[in-house]
Parts: sequence; C-alpha cells; structure tokens
Amino acid sequence: MMWWLLMQSAQANTFMPPAATDIAERVNSLYGFLLWASFISCVLVIGGFIYFAFKYKRRSENDKTAYISHNNFLEFLWSFVPFLIFMAVFVWGWAIYSQMRTFPEDALEVHVQAQKWSWSFEYKNGRKSSGELLIPVNTPIKLVMTSSDVLHSFYVPAFRAKQDVVPGRYTALWFKPKYKGEYQIFCTEYCGEQHSGMLAKLKVVSREEFDDWLANDPYKGLAMEEVGQKIYTARCAICHHTNDQKLVGPGFGGLFGREETLQGGEKVMVDENYLRESIMNPNAKIVAGYPSGQMPTFAGQLSEQEITGVIEYIKTLK
Amino acid sequence: MSSAPGVNYLNEKSGLWSWLTTLDHKRIGIMYMISVLSFFAIGGAFAMLIRWELFGAGKNIVDAATYNQFMTFHGAIMTFMVIIPGVPAFLGNFFLPLMIGAKDVAFPRVNLLSWYCLMVGAAISFWSLFYHGADTGWTFYTPYSIQTDNGTTWLVAGAFVMGFSSILTGLNFIVTVHKLRAPGMTFFRMPLFIWGLYSTAVIQVLATPVLGITLLLLIAERTMNIGIFDPAMGGDPVLFQHFFWFYSHPAVYIMILPAMGIISELITCYSKKTIFGYRAIAWSSIGIAAVSFFVWGHHMFVSGQSEVAGIVFSFLTMLVGVPTAIKTFNWVATLYKGSIEFSAPMLFALGFIFLFTIGGVTGIMLAVTAVDVHFHDTYFVVAHFHYVMVGGTLMAITGGIYHWLPKMFGKMYNEGVARFSFVLIFIGFNVTFFPQFVLGAMGMPRRYYDYLPAFEPLNKVSSLGAWTIGVGFLFALYVVVDCILRGKKAPDNPWGAKTLEWQTSSPPPHENFTTQPVVTGGPYEYR
Ligand code: HEC
Ligand SMILES: [Cu+2]
Ligand SMILES: [Cu+2]
Repeated sequence: MMWWLLMQSAQANTFMPPAATDIAERVNSLYGFLLWASFISCVLVIGGFIYFAFKYKRRSENDKTAYISHNNFLEFLWSFVPFLIFMAVFVWGWAIYSQMRTFPEDALEVHVQAQKWSWSFEYKNGRKSSGELLIPVNTPIKLVMTSSDVLHSFYVPAFRAKQDVVPGRYTALWFKPKYKGEYQIFCTEYCGEQHSGMLAKLKVVSREEFDDWLANDPYKGLAMEEVGQKIYTARCAICHHTNDQKLVGPGFGGLFGREETLQGGEKVMVDENYLRESIMNPNAKIVAGYPSGQMPTFAGQLSEQEITGVIEYIKTLK
Repeated sequence: MSSAPGVNYLNEKSGLWSWLTTLDHKRIGIMYMISVLSFFAIGGAFAMLIRWELFGAGKNIVDAATYNQFMTFHGAIMTFMVIIPGVPAFLGNFFLPLMIGAKDVAFPRVNLLSWYCLMVGAAISFWSLFYHGADTGWTFYTPYSIQTDNGTTWLVAGAFVMGFSSILTGLNFIVTVHKLRAPGMTFFRMPLFIWGLYSTAVIQVLATPVLGITLLLLIAERTMNIGIFDPAMGGDPVLFQHFFWFYSHPAVYIMILPAMGIISELITCYSKKTIFGYRAIAWSSIGIAAVSFFVWGHHMFVSGQSEVAGIVFSFLTMLVGVPTAIKTFNWVATLYKGSIEFSAPMLFALGFIFLFTIGGVTGIMLAVTAVDVHFHDTYFVVAHFHYVMVGGTLMAITGGIYHWLPKMFGKMYNEGVARFSFVLIFIGFNVTFFPQFVLGAMGMPRRYYDYLPAFEPLNKVSSLGAWTIGVGFLFALYVVVDCILRGKKAPDNPWGAKTLEWQTSSPPPHENFTTQPVVTGGPYEYR
C-alpha cells in the first residue's frame, strides 16, 4: 500500500491540488524533488536494515559477531552527504520563499477581515463581499489581512499560499492566479468551535467580468429580505440555524415576536430593536444558556441596508 | 550492607504507604510506570474518540465543541503526562542508577517530590473538567486561550506544576551522572541510553522554566488582564508563540533523545554486537540538544514573523537533521555482521528505525520554508509528528518495557503475544498516519471537526488504522500484566546483555548491587 501511495505521490500533482500559480508550480517541483530524495533515503535506510536483519539473522545462541567500533570515512560520508542535500533544499526553498514574500508593485489590493467564523473582503472602491473573494485572472493580487478577534489563517491550497491573520496588526499575502475557476479557501489556524466551518470560495474570473462586478451594486433589484438572506448565509449561518435548533447561538426560526429569556431570568420581547441590538452590541443582552462574548459585533461591518435586510430576513423565518 | 537472598526492592517492604514514601529510585520508577500507563490509556481513549468522530464527514458522535475538547485533552495528556515523563522519569528513573553502577540517584527525596509534582499537576489539569474543560489545543495559542470561557486556566496551571517534575528529574539526573558513576565508568563508557538521558536532562533544566514563565503569564492574562499577549490591550499574540515554542521545540527532543538511547541499547543487545560509532552517537545527542534551542521559529513560518527569521530558522533546522541522520545510519551499520534475534523488543527497535526514518525525511520537507507554507497546520504536520512521537518514542518505550520487564519484575513475558502486539501496532500505525500525509498534501487543515467530502475516504482508512493501534496496545498491556502476575521466573541476564543493570539480580536488591561494580571497558563489549 505504501509503495502504491508513494508511486502515486511521485506523479504530476503529488496529491496536491492542481497548481494554479507559477509559484505553486515551483513549489511542486521542489516538493517532487524532496519526495524522490526522501523515497530514495527511505529505501536505503529501511531496505538496508531489512537486508542486514535477514542476512545476519541469529543462527545459534553462541554466534560470534564482528567487533566494528567505527569507520571514520563512512561516518564522514553519511554526515556530509545529507548535509549537502539539506543545504541544497534549504537554498531552493529560500529562493521560492523569497518570491512568495516579495510583493509586486502593481498588485491589486484587497482587504481581508477575518472574524469568527467568516471571511469578508473589501476592495479599494469600497465594494464589499463575504464568503466569496472574486478576483481577475493573471493579475497579481495582494491581500492585506487582519482579524477582529482571534488568530485565523488564510489558506488556498491550489496557490500553495498561506498566512496567519493576526488581530491588532496587518499581515499580507500575494498570488497571481493563472487560470479561471473556483478555489477553496480554508482557515488553518485553530480559532474555536466552528474552525472547520470557516471556509470561503475564491473565484477567478476574466478581467471584464471582474470590472463589471466591481462597479455594480451587489443588491440591485433585490428585495430587503433577499439582501438579508445573503448576509445570513455569509455571516450568520455558521452559528445560527434557520429553524429553532441550537447551533453555536440560538436558531432564528420563530424568533421574531417571541419572548426571549435572558441570562439572569429577565425576559424581553424580540422586536426589531432587540434584533438590531443583538447584532450591533451582542453582549448587551445574553440569551439564557449561551456564553457571552461568543457572538461578534457586526457594528461597522454591515451597512444600514444589510442590517435592515437581515432583520427582515429573520422576521420571515417561522 | 548487603541484602539477604530472595529479598529485593519489591518485597523488601510492603504496604501502600511504603510505596508512597519510598526513596528508592526503582520504586519511584514503578510509580511513574503506573501513572504514565494510566495517562496513556486516557489519552489513547481520547484518540479513539477523535478518530471515531472523524470516521465520516459531518457529525458522528459529538458536536464541534466537544470534539475540540477531545483534541485538546488528547494532545495535552500525551505530551505533558505521557511522552515527556515517559522515558526519563519512568524508564530513566529505574535504569539510570543501575546502568552507571550507582545505588540511587543523587537526590532521592527530590526524586520522590518530582513524582508528586507530576501527580498534583495532573490532578489540577483534570480539575479543569469541572469547569467545562478546555478547548485551546495543547498549544494554548493566544488570544483564543485568553478569551475562551472555561477551565483552560486549570489545564495551564496543571502543565505549569508538571513542569517542575520535569525540571527536578533533569537536575537529579545531571548530578547523578556527574557524581555517582561507578569506579571505572568514564563518560565514554556510559551506555548510550545514559547519554540520551543526560542530554535530555540538560534540556529539561534549561527549557522548562521558559514554559513555566509563559504559562504563568497566560494565567495572569486570563485572570488579571495584564495585556502582554492580548492585542485588545496592546499585547502581542505572536510573542506567545515564540515563548511557547522556545520550550516546546526542545521538548520534542526531551521526548525523542532518550528514546533514541533505548534504541541503541536494544539494537546492540539483540544483535549481540558493539554499537557502530559510539562517540558519534553520544556527541550527536549533545549536538541535537544544543541546536534544538535555536530552531523554534520553524513552527512559525506563516505566523507573521519576518522573512529573515524564517530563513534563519529553516537553516538551523536543517542542521538538526545531520546528527539525526548520523544516528540512524549508525544503527543500521550496527546490524551489519551481527547476530540478529527478532524478539519483541528488537521488532520495536527495527519498527522505530522504519517509522522514524519516514518521520525524519518528512521533517526535512517541513523545514524547507516554501514547502512548509503549504503544509503548515495541515494533516501533513499531524502525520509527521506522530511518525516521530508515536512511531519513534512510543515504539521505543514499548520495546524498552518488554526488554526490561524481566529486570523490573524478575519475571519473563509472553514473547508470542508481545510480537503479535508489535504486528498490530506497526500495521495500525502506518494505516492511520500514512494517509494523513496525503490528506495534508491535498490541503486538509488540522484540528478540523468536519471536512470536505473529498477528504472522507482517507479519513475512514485512518480511523480503521487507529482502532488497530488501540487493540495492539491492549495486547501490549496484557503482556505486561500477565508478566507481572503469572510470568515465569527470569534469570539475571536473560538476553546476555553487557550493560550493568543486567549484572545484578532480577529484580535488583534495594541498593542495586550487592558489591560495588567496577567498570573496565565500554558498554557493548560483545566479542
Ligand atoms: C460566532 C458565532 C456567531 C455568529 C457568527 C453570529 N452569532 Fe448571533 N449569537 C451567537 C450566540 C452565541 C448568541 C447567544 C448569546 C448572545 O445572546 O449573545 C447569539 C445571539 C444572537 C441573537 C439573539 C438570539 C435570541 O435568541 O435572542 C441574534 C438576533 C443574533 N445572534 C443575530 C445574529 C446575526 C444577524 C448574525 C449574522 C450577521 C449573527 N448573529 C452571527 C453567536 C453568533
Ligand atoms: Cu480557524
Ligand atoms: Cu520544532
């Protein structure tokens, strides 16, 4: 089985997702070399000891063995040869790493905001999106990233690109996708309960399509609750169900118009103002049975239109 | 003062109290054995639950919050309570004085104290369960670990107290090795296990205090908001990672160096051959220990640390690879023209070389900056360190336990079942962790409660493998219990080994040797 896996891994994509940037292709070549070098070393060491083990299997209790204490030449050889290989892959890795960390001047900048447990993006012209990053093909993209709560990490396997997103400072990442298509974004720094659900899509489209998208009002022609539904899917679904089941937070089904019990036993009527307060200042009133501090604030992140939209959407959930 | 015949450290006194107050390093070793094996059972149970939850996509047995607790406790228990005390405090305690011809360690009372530190620390850690447990992962990264609302403080405090156990053991071993060697036992006549323990002890004494300070700062941050790591108060969350890995990378060698020492003992004994390149192996232990302090940044290539730092740490990490490669080649060379017996301990030693080689080459891959950017925090890393820690250290501990059971209890173990346990553990191990390399290459991040459908088939395979390992360790446990309860009486030196612990009776008397041994040659004089 291991042989089969190794042989498979030595092939084109070496089990990595297809490389979608030049740098990813370079990483692939280096990785391919490492795989082969590792495979050969394993064959030498493992094959070597298995061969010796059988060849010199114990025949009788009073076997005499050779007394060989050391051999300077051999020992030099097997320290020096690995050293040379290590240095070679170190320098090779350094070269590619420098390219990863050298930001092109003409890159298109996008701001990335990570928050438990969703990704939001903001373009230079103020256009925002959540859960989906749209970028033009064959254009260097620079992401300027920060987090509003804990550590997260932005990872696109197809680009071999990854960078931690740290609260209180900016980190950056760049790539230049070669092909149009849809790619997976993961969060790779543990960030709590729904860490594995903190996913997003990266869509690479043609320049024209991108320019079009950038200039257009994303909510043109949508009803309020449709705007709200989009926001819900991108920002709230990771913690709230649309029915009345508990996820990280309470389900939204049948919430509106109901009486809600808060921590400490106080009761409130769920109306528009309560919903608004819950979204903008979530720690003001904590629902009984839930921890405080878990729900992030959306103040400053959602526009007036989006807040109203999401409230209208919650009202439709029965 | 010599003991009467038939009297040994086990039957010399009786009653629970005589154990809890004992100053005999062998009895303390046995108490460590019981604690470590119990913790291993708990940590292992968490591993089984983790793999059960990951058997299929979506929810299998528990929700995400509970899963995060499982992975936190699995990691914290296995590192702080099993692998770190596993070799030095358990096997080291029992055998270090015996192997250098001493009556005991230098500070027997401190030795007992270190066991109590471990137990109190463990109790405090488990206390966290009464406060909704902990869900930070064993790495306690800030600011998540500051914000999460549960018993994390207790778990961290427990790890802090257990750190003292480690420091005290290390201190004890350093002094013992310097001061209590038998006449004629020069440094370069010490068994390589002692070299491994000695290098480890240096790391324990120098690095563990840094962990202690870091954990204290974290507790202060959680309880008093001092603002050193919390970005909301102007702190730096990445600073925590530097502190944490400054200990935790060397800790990796606390876990592996003495295990490598065990391998040197097993390989020589079961091939009846002197070790190839004694000095190279001894020095490489010291070399690894020294360089291990300067490589912590390889855990942080994508953390936001500077590019230059990344490159320097990549380079230094490559340097650790060299002494590690030397050891491996020397073990293989030792087999050449030996007389190799495939007994259970030897199978574990050979299994160690097999798995450790794979762990080693994948470690080099991860040390290459550009490649690590892809692999960091994916299952590739998970697979890599399990190959080193489980495939390496745990294989060595298990082999070492079998090897030394006759000495510890004066009874022989069941060879057939022991070999069978090896087969299950070895196969199960590869079935569990090899697919995880592939999952990592595909891009599956670690600490994931749920995963994309594409990752499902290999996760299923991995879970099946994990359960096989679990069954394998149950058989191993059976071997140990069966040996202690029903084993046939063991001769003093059943394997024909040359090191000193085999030259006294099985089990040894309270003072280890009835007459002071005098050493006239190297440890592996198989001629
Ligand atoms: C990180 C998880 C998380 C996210 C994301 C999240 N919430 Fe919450 N939310 C919670 C938790 C936990 C509670 C319960 C504790 C509290 O009252 O703050 C809650 C409570 C609420 C409540 C009060 C519910 C009740 O039963 O009274 C509303 C309304 C709400 N959230 C709306 C939203 C909206 C709208 C969004 C998306 C824009 C959202 N939340 C995103 C975790 C989250
Ligand atoms: Cu995350
Ligand atoms: Cu490390």
